[in-house]
Amino acid sequence: MTQVTQITDLNEVVRKAAEYRETQDESVRDRIVSNIYNEAETLASSVVSHLERRVDWDRKIDNIVTSRILGYPLMLALLGAVFWVTLSGANVPTDMLANFFFGLEEHLSALFFQFGAPDWLHGLVVLGTYRALAWVVSVMLPPMAIFFPIFTLLEDLGYLPRVAFNLDRAFKRVGAHGKQALTMSMGFGCNAAGVIAARIIDSPRERMIAILTNNFVPCNGRFPAIIAISMIFLAGGVISVYGTILAAAMVVALILIGISVTLLVSWLLSKTLLRGEPSTFTLELPPYRKPQIIPVIVRSLFDRTLFVLTRAVIVAAPAGALTWIFANIYIGDLSVIGYVAGWLDPFARAIGLDGIIVLAFILGLPANEIVVPIMVMSYLAAGSMLEFDSLLAFRQLLLSQNWTMLTALNFMIFSLLHFPCGTTLLTIRKETGSLKWTVLAATIPTIVAVLVCFIIAQGARLTGLV
Amino acid sequence: MEAKDSEFTLSRLRVGERGVVTSLHAQGIIRRRMLDLGLVPGTVVESVRRSPAGDPTAYNIRGAIIALRAEEGCKVYVELL
Repeated sequence: MTQVTQITDLNEVVRKAAEYRETQDESVRDRIVSNIYNEAETLASSVVSHLERRVDWDRKIDNIVTSRILGYPLMLALLGAVFWVTLSGANVPTDMLANFFFGLEEHLSALFFQFGAPDWLHGLVVLGTYRALAWVVSVMLPPMAIFFPIFTLLEDLGYLPRVAFNLDRAFKRVGAHGKQALTMSMGFGCNAAGVIAARIIDSPRERMIAILTNNFVPCNGRFPAIIAISMIFLAGGVISVYGTILAAAMVVALILIGISVTLLVSWLLSKTLLRGEPSTFTLELPPYRKPQIIPVIVRSLFDRTLFVLTRAVIVAAPAGALTWIFANIYIGDLSVIGYVAGWLDPFARAIGLDGIIVLAFILGLPANEIVVPIMVMSYLAAGSMLEFDSLLAFRQLLLSQNWTMLTALNFMIFSLLHFPCGTTLLTIRKETGSLKWTVLAATIPTIVAVLVCFIIAQGARLTGLV
Repeated sequence: MEAKDSEFTLSRLRVGERGVVTSLHAQGIIRRRMLDLGLVPGTVVESVRRSPAGDPTAYNIRGAIIALRAEEGCKVYVELL
């Protein structure tokens, strides 16, 4: 090292450096990094002084949230609390919005008739487009406007890395990455966001697992529907403390099913298509920060709520119009929807659903938000529903279509496990750059959903529960 | 690689114990990640907490709390303080 030779050519320098690095193996880098740290330490110690901290709150909080006894129950309780607040907070505004929009619908209809508009125009605009919009807004907006800010607060607080810390072992066991807990959390907001978030996982194999299984977390387009159905069938559509707790427990149970399926599918993938050893894992547990409550609420309302709602509305309007058309074009004495639904019915019955539900899920491919509106509209076109302005009316509609506890449960399970929405699939295509994996990302969940629903339906029928 | 009785690794530190890094027995990208975190010889590391599932373990490395799995922890040799 003391030998000095003069080199003037820059390329020569680079070549020499590379040559030198070859012979020195790891030790050069080690020495460089060590020196940088020593230098930084010297500098820091001369200018930085630490205040004597009275209480180490971070440590105290972490002692609780990652404790052996309380760690997992607390995670569950927190999840339950978030959904309970969302559920019970969303009820009243949902009914109010539904009331408002369907009150407005009457005026709209009156206006159409006053100007002598033809029936098909009134049907297409009011009964199709407007109704779908009204439904998407009144069912989606309140839960989103409550859930997003709460979730953003938890995110800002720094709680999510603790979740990853608690769950890492389970993910390691199935051959996945501990940070998958983080991408899963992002999935609650939007699965497409969860898929993009999988970039934080360095190992391509584990990143792919995270992408392919993100869908098993119910996104914002799905859990308002899940919430509505569990409110209807577990709380009887009436707002009561007991009922909302029961419905929130149902949502938490579904999420636990989703997490179990995530782990199971991750394990299967890492034993078959994505074989390999778990890679390294380093995760920082950052200091807790006091969230800036007002900016968080404003940001999540505008950046997330309005963004997601706009997307839903853009898809819902044409979907509503199309659904109305298909529900009103008749082939013989059956509408197109009735025809397709009838064709799907035997299969749908086998998995505890009905033809219209399956059709709604298929037509809901562009955005999960429109599954319920499509289903409602198809039912309405077939049935005889007069007033339609609350959860109770929704309950009556479903009961009149022979919904049972099994239908409700399997609707929720199918919603939880089925193929991701179009936006998520496009995002997967972009992130993986592969059509093959995108197709798999759609097929794997679909097979899982059909299988699980089939088992539940047949089990319930064999044991005589339904 | 010195084979004295300092063949004690991070993952064997009990919660609350501290050790000084003596050497890293990892290659390639893992080694680089560890160096980036500040795990260089001479660094004092404290084992702060274990996940309720038993693994990973969080360490205080130069003021940052970093969680490492046992697989990584056993590649960092330390001397118990």
